[in-house]
Amino acid sequence: MSTQSQRFAASSRVLHWLMAVLVLTMLFIGVGMAASESARYSTLVAIHKPLGIAILILVAIRLVNRLINPPPPLPADMPAIQRFAAHASHIVLYALMFLLPLVGWSMLSAAGYPIVLFGPLHLPPLLTQNATVYATLRQLHTILAYLLFATFLVHFAAALFHGLIRRDGVLESMASWRSGR
Amino acid sequence: MPDNLRDSTSRRKLSTTAVLARLLVIGVVALGVAAVFAYAGGWLSPDRLTQARVITAFEEVNGPHPGFRRNHAKGICATGWFESNGQAASLSKAALFAPGKVPVVGRIAFAGGMPFIPDEPNTVRSLALRFLPAGAEEWRTGMINIPVFPVATAQAFYEQLLASKPDPATGSPDPAKMQAFAADHPEFVAAIDIIKKRQVSSGFADSTYNSLNSFRFVNSAGASTPVRWSTVSLQPFVAAPTGDASADKNALFDALIAEVAKHPVQWRLVITVGQAGDPTADATLPWPADRKEIDAGTVTIDKLSSEDDGPCIDVNFDPMVLPSGIEASDDPIPSARSAAYARSFTLREGERKVKPPSAVTPQEVSSVDKS
Repeated sequence: MSTQSQRFAASSRVLHWLMAVLVLTMLFIGVGMAASESARYSTLVAIHKPLGIAILILVAIRLVNRLINPPPPLPADMPAIQRFAAHASHIVLYALMFLLPLVGWSMLSAAGYPIVLFGPLHLPPLLTQNATVYATLRQLHTILAYLLFATFLVHFAAALFHGLIRRDGVLESMASWRSGR
Repeated sequence: MPDNLRDSTSRRKLSTTAVLARLLVIGVVALGVAAVFAYAGGWLSPDRLTQARVITAFEEVNGPHPGFRRNHAKGICATGWFESNGQAASLSKAALFAPGKVPVVGRIAFAGGMPFIPDEPNTVRSLALRFLPAGAEEWRTGMINIPVFPVATAQAFYEQLLASKPDPATGSPDPAKMQAFAADHPEFVAAIDIIKKRQVSSGFADSTYNSLNSFRFVNSAGASTPVRWSTVSLQPFVAAPTGDASADKNALFDALIAEVAKHPVQWRLVITVGQAGDPTADATLPWPADRKEIDAGTVTIDKLSSEDDGPCIDVNFDPMVLPSGIEASDDPIPSARSAAYARSFTLREGERKVKPPSAVTPQEVSSVDKS
């Protein structure tokens, strides 16, 4: 056995599970508000915007944390194709967690909407108003959100695959609750 | 659990059956999560009212008009200012209600999704305004010139829209469908009675426009007050002529352009102050006539332009764009409007390159201006 830690650092685990809850909540709010023609719509929109910015801040913190606390190595006996899938899906997850809030913020800017976080707390526009840019970004926001949900499902299924079938400690490296490092 | 779990030799080998059973569990759990997501997105409930279904209904009733607003399709842009007298500042901390001048970008339109419908005084007219106080939060509001709204919920609005859909066989709506809708909606019948009794003005400038929906004003002490508002015309009221329609398909717009070329047109922004128990959640119900009214200031429009070269075409007059000091009430309609407008806005912004010129073109505005 390697002497290296076989678990993610505590900070990595906290960030992972916090963001797991926030990102999933965000995806369900997003898909739900786009299909709500009622009072619920405004309530969901009012949560969606500040939550998106919270995720953007957290993913930036998480990337820095990942550089300071690299993840434990994957099991040596994992097939190359699974290794590739694991690395590629993590790059996609990180990219989408950055992109979705940035596209959302840019799209509201291009639409000329005020970008409200809480009450009088606003964000400045990232882009000048432009009809075509707005329409394109709005569509991109939806496509990227579906892609994030699909990538999450693969990630979730892969975690269960590690935990239930391979039983190689990969799930436990993130989902183990025993104290200490 | 032991730290040597990663050592694959220590793992008990699963039988093929066990592997398949566990794969099945994983598949079922993942599909279950996907199903909940699909449910949240409305794919599993074909009867759920969504933005897409409302906007599709508009397109079915009015035909396809790419690049145009799906409702209030025929309109022009207006600019000017709001001069606040400070009297609404005791009710709302919104910056625009402090004494002073605030730039305004507006849009004057006919309700309905037909961008080339001939002007007719009986068609419901609208005034949408965007208040842009320097360095402070903006306010967007859309008002129409009827005293109450015909429906109280988005669902009823949708049903009424479908009932007014032209029958492909006859080309006009099926009266039986509207009768059936009215039979199910006594509040609609009562509201239509009130609407029919209104005095119809001759033009856009001598019309009074009403928020109909209820909101709440919040002042700097945190006190929240239910309100509705109106822009009350300062032009003398002239009743709409009865008889044949004008040959000019843009008669009302042209009359407004000619009037503004001579002098600015003005409305008083009047805030109606509700009391506990006033129906805020139902826009079909008028508030008692003796409710206190506050004159918040004057809206002045001194320039009109075609929406094709004006400042309003890319503005979504979303009634939920509210500054601190103005909040939603329990009225469900503003949120539903916000949702449907967002869908209409996204579609039309994406169609800008194929949008035909608006009914009132820049040339028409400048030629009427000079005549």
